[in-house]
Amino acid sequence: MFKKRDVAIISAATAKCGERWESGIKDLVWEAGVKALDDAGISGKDVEYMVVGNMSGGMFVGQEHIGALVADFLGLNPIPSLRVEAACASGGIAFSQGYMAVASGLYDIVAVGGVEKMTDVDTDQATSVLSGAMDFEWEAYFGATFPGLYALMATRYLHDFNVRREILAKVAVKNHYHGSLNPLAHFRNRITEEEALTAPMVAYPLRKYDCSPISDGAAAAILAPLEIAKKYTDTPILVEACVPATDTLSLLKRRDICTVDATVNAARKAFQLSGRERRDIDVMEVHDCFTIAELLAIEDMGFCKKGEAGKLYEEGQTYADGSLPVNTDGGLKAAGHPVGATGVKQISELVKQLRGQAEKGRQVSGAEVGLAHNVGGSGATAVVTILSRRS
Amino acid sequence: MSTSAAPAHWRRMRERYRLTGSKCETCGRTYFPSTRVCPNCRRKGKVVPIEFSGRGKVYSYTVIHSAPKMMSQFTPYAVALVQLDEGPKVLSQVVDCDPDKLEIGMEVEACFRKLFEQDEGGIISYGFKFRPLDDSWRKYYRK
Repeated sequence: MFKKRDVAIISAATAKCGERWESGIKDLVWEAGVKALDDAGISGKDVEYMVVGNMSGGMFVGQEHIGALVADFLGLNPIPSLRVEAACASGGIAFSQGYMAVASGLYDIVAVGGVEKMTDVDTDQATSVLSGAMDFEWEAYFGATFPGLYALMATRYLHDFNVRREILAKVAVKNHYHGSLNPLAHFRNRITEEEALTAPMVAYPLRKYDCSPISDGAAAAILAPLEIAKKYTDTPILVEACVPATDTLSLLKRRDICTVDATVNAARKAFQLSGRERRDIDVMEVHDCFTIAELLAIEDMGFCKKGEAGKLYEEGQTYADGSLPVNTDGGLKAAGHPVGATGVKQISELVKQLRGQAEKGRQVSGAEVGLAHNVGGSGATAVVTILSRRS
Repeated sequence: MSTSAAPAHWRRMRERYRLTGSKCETCGRTYFPSTRVCPNCRRKGKVVPIEFSGRGKVYSYTVIHSAPKMMSQFTPYAVALVQLDEGPKVLSQVVDCDPDKLEIGMEVEACFRKLFEQDEGGIISYGFKFRPLDDSWRKYYRK
């Protein structure tokens, strides 16, 4: 039978996230890509293959053909370079494709990128573009918006498990706190629970601070077989598992709207393949496109029972110094959500954490094993990745 | 969304106007929207079209305050996931009621409404929405 190779991350980098009016797709990719290559001590000419996650360059800035565009701008022609799309999980899917390219033995040095330039269009237009990640014919067409779909999950969740609205606010407060310590975050302000609970309504019961922002951003990672990675770094980050899963595109066809089955399935297989237990995970990046999504993710991946994630937030356990640190970079909420880049940005944050290089106050002490969870749409795609430091 | 001269394919989607779906005669499961395969029975399934009663209960709801341009004239508007009496869930707006008074479990029925207008071409999209099953909605209409 085919024997897969162990895959490691040599380096990873994230571009400053935010309203980057002065930067286009190419500038953002350059910022993350060159930093990743420099950190790896690798010359562009050693890269053999590239995959870039991008949700909708065509609708945000009128630019498709992102794979060749990025290879061209980074001076990497003529290597094969492709763009992959899975809505907000485009980055996670790009990473899984890069992982497969190395694991299969087809390529040794592979660059994975993710990029999204979102702020060239106004909020109305951005909302319309993002609607493309849901089932357009049966959801957007009838008036659903993205916050609206997660709001439907939240209404039912708060009702079924008798969870107080304040728990959602605590998710946002924690993520803004971590974001305030991260120089690359979109938002670096701290917020109070009171502010979160009284902010303008977006889609009941979700208010402004329950929603991740529209951000420009990019991230990159350089992958290689573990043995080759060791030549470039003393602390290769092993990819123990990288598992994508899918579910119905629309919320209306789901078995249970308070459970994201794609997350359940991806996580179950990732833990099985890596041989890890939940208690082994020192730090997690989860897809908090909305506050409710962070709670569902923690439960769906088996870190606590359904309906009980709130307790972790009551006790402050998800802060960097808690027992289950979640989104130490500020998450999508505060660090930003440049949709196609997010999945790679999460990997980049974990690499930083596992190497002990995160800023003071948000570094999880002694972190050795990390987990990334990236979601597309309302849960039609999920990617769960488990990483560990080897030194 | 373009406004081409040719009729859009969605004009042929019966379930958008009459709330129809599919039923698998092998296992008895019902589906919305229509399906070509019963995911439960695969090749052993026998899928036939059915028309739903249009009645159901609010399974979950939200009130949209921020919407894309084509829907912004309706904000704030209520959107619900409605579980039809026959089983499947469908998503649409709940109209003829105070959006802040929605509750899980509330009984609703389908009604035929205008959804939005497509850009300047003026093509109007129609489809089903829901309204409360009791006749409280009548007060929204002049005598």
